[in-house]
Amino acid sequence: MSATTTLPTRDRPAEPPRPDRRTQSDAPGTGASRRAPEAGSAAYASARRLTQLDLLESESILVIREVATELERPALLFSGGKDSVVLLHLAAKAFWPAPLPFPALHVDTGHNFPEVLDFRDATVERLGLRLEVARVQDYLDDGRLRERADGTRNPLQTQPLLDAIAHHRFDGVFGGARRDEEKARAKERVVSLRDEFGQWDPKNQRPELWNLFNPRHRPGEHVRVFPLSNWTELDVWRYIEREEIELPSLYYAHEREVFRRDGMWLADGPHSRPRAGEVFETRRLSYRTVGDMSCTGAVESSAATVADVVLEVAASTLTERGATRADDRISEAAMEDRKKEGYF
Amino acid sequence: MGTLLRLATAGSVDDGKSTLVGRLLHDTRSVLTDQLAAVERVSRDRGLPAADLALLTDGLRAEREQGITIDVAYRYFATAARSFVLADCPGHVQYTRNTVTGSSTADVVVLLVDVRKGVLEQTRRHLAVAALLRVPHVVVAVNKIDLVGFSEDAFRRVDAEIRQVALDLGVGDVRAIPVSALDGDNIVERGARTPWYAGPSLLEVLESLPPSGDPGAESFRMPVQLVIRPQGAARDAAHRDYRGYAGQVASGVVRVGDEVVALPSGRRTTVTGIDLGTRELAEAFAPQSVTLRLADEIDISRGDVIAAADGAPEPVQDVSAVVCWLGDAPLRPGQRLLLKHGSRTVRALARTIDGVLDLDDLHSVPADALSLNDIGRVTLRLAAPVPVENYAASRRGGSFLLIDGHDGRTVAAGMVGATLRTGVVPAPTEPEGNEEWQI
Repeated sequence: MSATTTLPTRDRPAEPPRPDRRTQSDAPGTGASRRAPEAGSAAYASARRLTQLDLLESESILVIREVATELERPALLFSGGKDSVVLLHLAAKAFWPAPLPFPALHVDTGHNFPEVLDFRDATVERLGLRLEVARVQDYLDDGRLRERADGTRNPLQTQPLLDAIAHHRFDGVFGGARRDEEKARAKERVVSLRDEFGQWDPKNQRPELWNLFNPRHRPGEHVRVFPLSNWTELDVWRYIEREEIELPSLYYAHEREVFRRDGMWLADGPHSRPRAGEVFETRRLSYRTVGDMSCTGAVESSAATVADVVLEVAASTLTERGATRADDRISEAAMEDRKKEGYF
Repeated sequence: MGTLLRLATAGSVDDGKSTLVGRLLHDTRSVLTDQLAAVERVSRDRGLPAADLALLTDGLRAEREQGITIDVAYRYFATAARSFVLADCPGHVQYTRNTVTGSSTADVVVLLVDVRKGVLEQTRRHLAVAALLRVPHVVVAVNKIDLVGFSEDAFRRVDAEIRQVALDLGVGDVRAIPVSALDGDNIVERGARTPWYAGPSLLEVLESLPPSGDPGAESFRMPVQLVIRPQGAARDAAHRDYRGYAGQVASGVVRVGDEVVALPSGRRTTVTGIDLGTRELAEAFAPQSVTLRLADEIDISRGDVIAAADGAPEPVQDVSAVVCWLGDAPLRPGQRLLLKHGSRTVRALARTIDGVLDLDDLHSVPADALSLNDIGRVTLRLAAPVPVENYAASRRGGSFLLIDGHDGRTVAAGMVGATLRTGVVPAPTEPEGNEEWQI
């Protein structure tokens, strides 16, 4: 059959870039200035149809409001990465003009890009949010955790995260994970129960019906909540474009000293030094995900603006994780195994 | 931008459902190089002659080991015509709750049937679920047509069987397509090997289905999720006195100036403003998430419903409903539960169990308990009046969850007033009716 002989490319046809950014934000139902057509006319009926982005936005806001009001002490995972930035933007919209009724939580691997940490701090400052940081480095310093042989720290985030949840008595944690990212995530509910050990049991998940979300749980358990579950990478980028959401600069093309490892461009940093035979080159690159510097690769890119990125993502033949995340290449079930232990 | 269609797939074990989903993703070029490479590598490691597209959706370790699908997997793909959210639901009889989950939000259910086996118990169950949940469209993919030599007779037999069951159950809109998920016949392109089939391919059908619901034809309802009242916490002093009622419009349209009624209190007021974040809107419609400002400071809190002043539903404490029981322990009369409707959760007592659906002959038969995966009728008494609507009139206003108050588990999907068919069989229609199929 053809699957073995043809390598399809992704030409997600979708829509071409809009020359005028305002076209979409003035789409039906979202623009106060738009003059409403006469009731009963054909134009009126078709005007009351939400675009894909409006549908996704509305669903996310529904989830955020519902869970935040049903729970006692939620928190929102915020790393400065694009998905968590979009999540925070949606949360701010959900409660406007009141401030967010929960703090932000960041699990700091100690391997973060400095510009992302600066962005994180500036963002919580601007929104007047309380930021709690759980540091992997603290755990390494006092021996509660040990560095892995491969040097990556993403898997080490689980224990500091679970400890922070217990310490602050958070009963729900919002995360920016999307189902299109990875096979195990594709199976997870929007509101996902964790037992008293923080574990996910994929074979015993609650049914999630209509748009009725149920975050109830027993004491000691908590829920993870993924309002962006139904967004794709391309949706996220289109929404960033439409809403003019600011991101850390390394999402856009820039010159950087990098070296090549396992088919990825890695940046120079205290925790990602080139090994013997790996040499520095200066390349024009951008990042599609930002995380642990030691295992997050950049892609060669000339996308200087968000509109350029939308085009690049639409034409890409690789998933963002396949392109740039060494830690997901470990095994077929790497993400599932981490999630079962309490990873986000 | 195109429209978004939500589809759920269902079928029995080994009907080739994961293969069909993989085929849809692959042939719409929604599978990226690295994903396909991983599938090819694993297929090779297992000694398979070709890439097993089922591996694209079977994401859990146990699924890969057992070659089955355990949990609902969500997939996303787009064509030039529209975008799709696909809920891939497992076919095991004990996992019916996942099919209920996938169908509850679906615009269309794609049901897989093995042409050699015809309609099985699970097929009936899935059709029953689709009918009960009022999924607007059902497309039956009659699969493995290649294994019966592309026989028209074999397809017609299964097609007639499906139509009969669908009629018995009251599935509104059903059509069958002969396919080979393995080879791709009639999935994206029409197949040359079924020249006797003149209808569209599966993807053509999915692309042409009308998007669900016209808000303009419905009555306005919005469950209040929270009252936004920043007071001293307002980031901008101008908003110190802001008071708004936040929620997602469940049905209909609301405009500034409309008279509305708060339920269950019955107090009336007027909409003075509609906010979506910092933007002010002149009107909002389902399913937008907005915040309403009202003329009077009447008592409205989370759980209340704001509705159009005319024809608002009557809040009730006694509810007759059909439930899909999803709890491990059976439901018995006298059991106390929580009921969640919209944004309101109230205590509920299961007064009586009025019957269970026998899936073999589709009759409602007397029962004194509902077991896991049973679909039955119950009468509930609620601790407070709730403005429920008939599920047949409103999927949003007529649906509820039953929750175990002790551990918080969702134990039932409920539909107010939904009827069980009692086996009245209308006259069969011509299987050639494909062309007249309404979309």
